[in-house]
Amino acid sequence: MLELKNITYRVPDDRGEKTILSDINLSLDERFVAFTGPNGGGKSTLAKVIAGILRPTEGRIFLDGQDITELSVTDRARLGISYAFQQPVRFKGLTVRDLISLAAGKNAGVSDVCAYLSEVGLCARDYIDREVNASLSGGELKRIEIATILARGTKLSVFDEPEAGIDLWSFGNLINVFEKMYKKTQGNILIISHQERILNIADRIVVISNGAVEKSGTKEEILPGLLGGDTCRVLTEKL
Amino acid sequence: MDAIERDLLLKIADLHGVPEGAYNIRENGQAAGRNSTANIEIVSKTDGKSGIDIFIKPGTKNESVHIPVILSKAGWQEMVYNDFYIGEDADVVIVAGCGIHNCGGMDLTSRHDGIHTFYVGKNARVKYVEKHYGEGDGNGENVMNPTTVAHLAEGAYMEMETTQIKGIDSTNRVTKADLKEGANLVIREKIYTHGKQRADTDFTVDMNGAGCSADVISRSVAAGESRQHFVSTMNGNAPCHGHTECDAIIMEGASVTAAPCLSANDIDAELIHEAAIGKIAGEQLVKLMTLGLTEKEAEEQIIKGFLH
Repeated sequence: MLELKNITYRVPDDRGEKTILSDINLSLDERFVAFTGPNGGGKSTLAKVIAGILRPTEGRIFLDGQDITELSVTDRARLGISYAFQQPVRFKGLTVRDLISLAAGKNAGVSDVCAYLSEVGLCARDYIDREVNASLSGGELKRIEIATILARGTKLSVFDEPEAGIDLWSFGNLINVFEKMYKKTQGNILIISHQERILNIADRIVVISNGAVEKSGTKEEILPGLLGGDTCRVLTEKL
Repeated sequence: MDAIERDLLLKIADLHGVPEGAYNIRENGQAAGRNSTANIEIVSKTDGKSGIDIFIKPGTKNESVHIPVILSKAGWQEMVYNDFYIGEDADVVIVAGCGIHNCGGMDLTSRHDGIHTFYVGKNARVKYVEKHYGEGDGNGENVMNPTTVAHLAEGAYMEMETTQIKGIDSTNRVTKADLKEGANLVIREKIYTHGKQRADTDFTVDMNGAGCSADVISRSVAAGESRQHFVSTMNGNAPCHGHTECDAIIMEGASVTAAPCLSANDIDAELIHEAAIGKIAGEQLVKLMTLGLTEKEAEEQIIKGFLH
């Protein structure tokens, strides 16, 4: 169970201070939670606050009742939080196998690494010894990023827009990955997404807009409103 | 050979003892072992210089030559000349390397200077692997100044892999090569300096024949207060392809200078230089920390991969 109490995040700007997240309160116990809402609304910032990459200006975070607000990224990772980057990091020299082995926390054998790669639709033989560098496409990197999260198998996995940068053809497979993960793993999944098909498999949808929780509920409660207008309207206004 | 020397041999040549095939082991200036084979002959120089000549018969395939050098006597200094004559159409691997163990304790400097000259015959292929390693009590200095000169005949291919990981206090590495028609040179250099070490590397490649190519890639990590200076000169004197790259990570108070010098003297010479120097990217550290590594462990993994 993840609890966010009065989470506020402010950054300095030209006019003094800018509020990115404003007094967010959430208790998340569902297996599959989706954060959605307009771009720039604060979803990614909130995910980073949960993973420990950003420290909230105010508020506390609890994982299974333990206050983790002051814990480092490393300590939170060891407690069971995984975080998949929206834009995966490239490494000169580190291979796909190195990265997945590090994620698995042991010297994963070839067969283990292959299994994780197959889960995300990559042919292990072609990728295991590739460097995680600029030679990989955005879509390939995203899948490898997801494979590192599968390899960790922690109690909470946070995904920041896994669909971003993935082509339409790969997208169907991506949905399958999450559906399968939902069925197979014991851990909870928190996913930031704009995609209806991902929102559709969520137990709970949280709409974040202007740094605050606009609404939160089951897909039956939230989706009709979203598809009917709110998000679209916001988008139209932006355009 | 004692435990220290066996350990040095393992580090520089991955050898657990006497290698198979042709070899020459030099220990504190003396020949500690030598073996010639039917196709590869190793003989001492007769012109008064210290060193050996290695003759590889034309057409020799899939054979190797090991010529490790070990300095275990504190304060030992030497200058060695080794010449390699690689016959036409041969395909061989040459493993050289120098290990220094300096427990001088009295500011003694151990020093190995070597000049390796390669005459690579027409259409011959050679892979040259060179590892440098130094250890000791930290009082004595370990110095290595390797010079490599390579003459590549028409259609020859040479791949040179050099590695120097810590332990060497001062190095001045000079590599010169000239390429004839269709020759191909690949150089991969890896250097890790720390403490107050200094490493200078200087590459000069003359591309003289049509259709020849050279690819010089240096990956280095400079930590502590160490300094590295990388110079890469490429002269395209004919229709050719040249690429040189310097990729360096700096840490703490270290400094790295990369100085490319490309000269295109032919309208069809294509020369490229790339250089990137900087500290480890913060997001790389964060990514590995989200996998449960500490910042220190993340840094080690990134460097290990980078120099792999």
